[in-house]
Amino acid sequence: MLRLLLRRLGVLLGAAVALTFVVFWLTNLPPNLERIARSEAGTRISEAEVAGWLERNGYGRPLLVRYGEWLGVLPGWVGMDGDGNPRGRCLRAGDGAGRDAGPESGPESGPESGPESGPEPAEAPARCGLLQGDWGWSRVFQAEVRDVVARGLGHTAKLMAWVLVVMVPSALLLGVLAGMREGSGLDRALSGVAVLTAATPEYVSGVVLVAVFASSATGLRWFNGSATSAMEDATLANFTLPVLTIALYGMGYVARMTRAAMAEVMTAPYIRAARLKGLSFRQVVLRHALRNALIAPFTVVMLQIPWLLNGVVIVETLFNYKGFGWTLVEAAGNNDIDLLLGVSVVSVVVVLLTQMASDLGYALLNPRIRLGRG
Amino acid sequence: MTPPEPLTWTGAAGAVLDPALALAVAGFVLALGLRGAARLGLRVGGAERAVRVAGGLLAAAILAYGVAGVVLPWGMAGIVGAMARQLLPVWVAMGVVLIFSYAWRSKLGLYGRMIGSPIGRIGFGLVLFWALTALAAGALGLVAPHDPLSVVSGLRNAPPGAPVPGVAAPGPGSHYLLGGDALARDVFSRVVQGSWIVAQVAPLATALGVAAGVLLGLPAGYHGGRVDAALSFLANLVLAFPVILLFYLLVTPEILATGLPTALAAGIFAVPPVLVALLAWSRLRTEPGRALAVLGPVLAGMGWLYLSAVGEAGGRLDLLGRLDLFDLPPGLLAVFVSVAFVNAPTVFRLVRGLTLDLRTRDYVAAAQTRGESSWHVMLWEILPNARGPLIVDGCLRIGYTTILLGTLGFFGLGLPPESPDWGSTINAGRRLLSVHPHPAVVPAVALLSLVLGLNLLADALREESLKD
Amino acid sequence: MPEPVPPALEAAEPILEVEGLSVSFRARGREVPAVASFSCSVRPGEVVGLVGESGCGKSTVASAILRDLGPAGRVVGGTVRFRGRDLATLSPAELRRLRGGGIAMIPQEPTAALNPALTVGRQLMEVPMLHGGASGAEAWARALEMARDVRLPDPERVLRSYPHQLSGGQRQRIVIAMALMARPALLILDEPTSALDVTVAAAVVQLLRELGRRQGTAMLFISHDLGLVLETCDRVCVMYAGEAVETGPTAEVFARTRHPYTRALLRSLPRIGPEADSLLVNGLDGVPPPPGERPRGCGFAPRCAHVAPGRCDGGAVPMLRVGPGPHAARCLRHGEIDWDAPPPRAGRRVPVKPGPVVLRVEGLSKSYAVAGRRVVRANESVSFEVREGETLAVVGESGCGKSTLARVLIGLETASAGRVTLLGQEVQDRPVRARDPRTVAAVQMVFQDPTDTLNPSRTVGRQILRALEAFRVGRSRAERRGRMLGLLDRVELPRALAERLPRQLSGGQRQRVGIARALAGGARIVLADEPVSALDVSVQAAVLRLLLEIQGSERTTLLLISHDLSVVRALSDRVLVMYLGHVVEIGTADQVFAPPYHPYTEALLAAVPVADPRVRKRRVILDGDVPSALDPPSGCPFRTRCRWKDAVPGDLCAREIPPLRALAPGHRVRCHLPDEALAGMEPVFEAVPG
Repeated sequence: MLRLLLRRLGVLLGAAVALTFVVFWLTNLPPNLERIARSEAGTRISEAEVAGWLERNGYGRPLLVRYGEWLGVLPGWVGMDGDGNPRGRCLRAGDGAGRDAGPESGPESGPESGPESGPEPAEAPARCGLLQGDWGWSRVFQAEVRDVVARGLGHTAKLMAWVLVVMVPSALLLGVLAGMREGSGLDRALSGVAVLTAATPEYVSGVVLVAVFASSATGLRWFNGSATSAMEDATLANFTLPVLTIALYGMGYVARMTRAAMAEVMTAPYIRAARLKGLSFRQVVLRHALRNALIAPFTVVMLQIPWLLNGVVIVETLFNYKGFGWTLVEAAGNNDIDLLLGVSVVSVVVVLLTQMASDLGYALLNPRIRLGRG
Repeated sequence: MTPPEPLTWTGAAGAVLDPALALAVAGFVLALGLRGAARLGLRVGGAERAVRVAGGLLAAAILAYGVAGVVLPWGMAGIVGAMARQLLPVWVAMGVVLIFSYAWRSKLGLYGRMIGSPIGRIGFGLVLFWALTALAAGALGLVAPHDPLSVVSGLRNAPPGAPVPGVAAPGPGSHYLLGGDALARDVFSRVVQGSWIVAQVAPLATALGVAAGVLLGLPAGYHGGRVDAALSFLANLVLAFPVILLFYLLVTPEILATGLPTALAAGIFAVPPVLVALLAWSRLRTEPGRALAVLGPVLAGMGWLYLSAVGEAGGRLDLLGRLDLFDLPPGLLAVFVSVAFVNAPTVFRLVRGLTLDLRTRDYVAAAQTRGESSWHVMLWEILPNARGPLIVDGCLRIGYTTILLGTLGFFGLGLPPESPDWGSTINAGRRLLSVHPHPAVVPAVALLSLVLGLNLLADALREESLKD
Repeated sequence: MPEPVPPALEAAEPILEVEGLSVSFRARGREVPAVASFSCSVRPGEVVGLVGESGCGKSTVASAILRDLGPAGRVVGGTVRFRGRDLATLSPAELRRLRGGGIAMIPQEPTAALNPALTVGRQLMEVPMLHGGASGAEAWARALEMARDVRLPDPERVLRSYPHQLSGGQRQRIVIAMALMARPALLILDEPTSALDVTVAAAVVQLLRELGRRQGTAMLFISHDLGLVLETCDRVCVMYAGEAVETGPTAEVFARTRHPYTRALLRSLPRIGPEADSLLVNGLDGVPPPPGERPRGCGFAPRCAHVAPGRCDGGAVPMLRVGPGPHAARCLRHGEIDWDAPPPRAGRRVPVKPGPVVLRVEGLSKSYAVAGRRVVRANESVSFEVREGETLAVVGESGCGKSTLARVLIGLETASAGRVTLLGQEVQDRPVRARDPRTVAAVQMVFQDPTDTLNPSRTVGRQILRALEAFRVGRSRAERRGRMLGLLDRVELPRALAERLPRQLSGGQRQRVGIARALAGGARIVLADEPVSALDVSVQAAVLRLLLEIQGSERTTLLLISHDLSVVRALSDRVLVMYLGHVVEIGTADQVFAPPYHPYTEALLAAVPVADPRVRKRRVILDGDVPSALDPPSGCPFRTRCRWKDAVPGDLCAREIPPLRALAPGHRVRCHLPDEALAGMEPVFEAVPG
């Protein structure tokens, strides 16, 4: 078990490095950098000026070196700006207080958008990357990436928690009830509900729910069409629709998986054996079937979390809820490289962790794997 | 002549048809209740027949709206009737396909049995409806009464059934059947035209992803060991990418400028020709002459298509010059690539699992003892026997791809903003959702019904193929 | 042989009475009859056998008795009475009590009948806790007692284990214990041993007999194995196409058979007893009709050699008394048929004069690395040679390494050490892809499972054509097509089958196609891996006869891998017995099937159920399971289960692997037993005098 855990951790680390490198590479492709240069140093600067700006701001070196710096395993770059002042990755103030200059301050402030009150070159740490806790500077939000991501994650955690609370029990119940008597009227009805919700992506259910429950067209103004206020104070009115929108889509999928697992278990010979021992239907389901039927849905629920991440992005955009997904859209839409990198790291790590939890959970729930053979 | 009146939902015919429908619904509910009571043990005679009769009446009442729309003069049967009339070619084609399939279902194998099950009929009907609508509207220009891009002033956010100013005679062009959108375009025409985009992109993009998953999943499952470990690691990497992040990274204008999607497309579009070449070569290995005779023309044709798809005028891969058959806009190419990318790892895992199971069969061992090449065993002994789960998964996957295309449209990625595809339309309509819901709700319902149809179809196929 | 039923029981009221039971299943909107007016009764303490081939409805009878037919099946006629009470009138609660205490069932597949997520102990304790209202401690004590009763080693540990941690034999014992926990009056056994190895199955049957006798439990014993039924049951009921065709006391039915089907079934079995004369008897042609296509009148008429048109297909045939005792048969002509006529002597095995050596194996070893460093040795220095036209049988239980040997010979694996000379070429390190097409075509294989041997998606003809292509036979498509049709003729299949898909063929037909495919390139050596073990008895004989015929006319060498010693006796010239990867005995069939035996061979022979009342068999029960190949015992691999090991002085058996020593020309045995002990061995089979 421990060996399995260590091996999975090793694979996870490898995957995390590989994925962050891919993201780093994709966000640091020349056109992206050129767009930064133009937005920082002026839209009408020449090719040569762009190259010069990039060189001065540390973007000139090889990709791998820059990735190492960003990660914090290589020393940050150090150079001189036009006025001969020392500049470098680690010479920016850690607290962001001195960073008055951002994209909004326009090209007038020039390439010297770096902070004036950063640490002296001598005192500055050699490495300052992800591993040292320096995630970079968000140009859109004018704040530390770490703080922006943390704030978004906080909001999203609230949303996700409610989604899981609504989705998991209802999905399992739906699946178990439908699967325990395959082909019955109850099964047909519940399966119909499940297939309908599984066919309704968030941007469809969100739109329909808002149109029905929050628009003047039907007159049913029961809920809010926006969840902005729910960030501070979540109420039934402003939080129901976003939670429901995400939960519905995921629920259909998990319920279908649960139903399939349950239906399969119910035809297993050991269920027949239990029935022939004289157990009642209830006892058969509760003592013998559920334990085996819920192994598969557990892994599905864990693997569902990356999917929910998609739903989160859509719903947060649709309902204007400024969480993690909304941050992702803002970062990607505005070419905010550092922020996009930070968001990617978090989401990739979350996905990898859920994959691992799903594998380990499967092993833990299944005595066959937990105890090995013979 | 007076300008046409705004249409109501059911028009003049509704005065008769609406009460009839209400009665039919009530009767059906009553019959269902009777049957429920009979199942619970109450002695109610003929409940089954009552349900059947009431169901038939209900269907007839619904059908009557369509018939009224076709038979009565334009507008008499309201919006519903007018839409039914616009879709007449679709109804006719659907009727022909369904009636013939149902009549010959015993000779049509799995497809026939799927038609035989009620769930299969509903699912197949929905899918067929959208496929035929796409064909009729997109390829033949039949269904849509207006151009999906043309703007008629005064119809901004117009309600369903609004008359088009300046058109005197009531007829197909005289109304915005499902209203106008925020830019005063006809919602009905846009939805119908949008189905053509979905019908073109979704199956092809899915097929690309499935082909890639098959090409990599077979050796991973068959050989196991290091090949499997490496390929599975790669698949898990792609799976660990949140889909939306992948879209944002692959389908932005900056990335398009680097030519990276084109390069990736060059790889992914190469999968089908490679697969075909492997299929033919492993089968005809024993007769090299025939192999060349078959493979040569096929590969030449596929290569031409491949270079046409990948090469764009002036690009690095523009090897054909004037012979280039068509140009895919780079945005669309990126959509293909990213959707194939998202689908391939899941298909890979499915195929790998199926292969792991099938490779232990005796007929695989028999092929090995004949000295067949491993590609022959994989493609001719294993793959055909994995087709059942793959077909079911394919149906679900086209639905999922439709959802992904909608997601791309929803975030305004890939396709141009004025495109009538459903995702972009929902995105455009959601800004005024709480005031004018119809521009967003109509494409949302369209997308929902297509995906639902595909899911039901997959369910029916799975159930029927398990009955053997 | 079962002891005669005590006269007191003879008179007792039946505990189970089935009268005119008819069951049908709904499939695709049609009612398909599975069982038609079936009757039988079981008295307290009695063991009644229910025999028949697959699809004859015997398992459906069991399900109908337990009222567990599933949503598609229903009883359409007749009654089932248990202790005089009609089971159709039971309320759900009464039915549950009946299942928990009156009737228990032992299902076929021991692995699948246990819940993988619960410990074995909890599954046993459930029964008394639910029905007897026992406390946890009482239930545990009873479970422990029952685990001891079924002779599980280390019962406390076993009860704390999950099913997957136990061996197949142990799981079967747990399933038996679970059924007996309810102290049932009637036990229904559905093929209780068909998933087990012969030696394990013999021990399980022995145990069941003992427990049944001690507790006075009546048993309904469902099996396709006539030998097992003869050894176990007091009375027998033979089923065909959903009907009982012959019933009566077991010995009487086997000795004075009065239904053509029962007789054909008995004659299909290869004999293993002392008067076995390498004789294969005719099997039955055709297959049982599928449910729903059963003929009017006598169900067996289409395959019966004595059918009288106009009479047998006229109307339903009643069960007729055919003897002084309670012996009855469903045959109108039972009085007209000459039951003592000798069987038609077809397929007599002509001894082949062996030609030159075609395959020589010297010191072959094959080992695998499992989970990193642990090594499984599947074959340990195996040596033998086979001549042209000869049949060598490789015998042993699952896990003995016989299949690995076949895989190495055919080139699916390469040897770890040793030499394999095939038709003059050394091939031990050449996988099949590295062999030239002629060598590949010369060694081909016939597989075990008829559902699996053919690719389900391609027609029979195309599969044979592909083999011809792969072996580079024929210059044109037309020529190959002609050859393919010729091959179908050769295996006695109609040419029209070429266009069919495998699922449209019966099991026997598929096995024939498999043989045709193996012969496509003019194979010199055919490896047959359990070629008939998955077929019904009546079909087995015909396929075996075909193999023999082809071998005789083409002088093909046959390497027969089998666990069925009756088949081996009938088919082979020489026999090689394997245990845990070692060759423990090799010799001609006559040498191996007569004393002196290797102790393992003796136990293997004694485990074979014999369906011949004229043969008496000595009982030798092997304890325990085959040791794991991951952790084989030191010294002699068989010593952990050997009943003779006390005859060897000292701890020689534990210290040294015995050498393979010659007892007679061509007969070699791997055993430390002194010569006098070997010479004193008694034969396992003896003819009953008279």
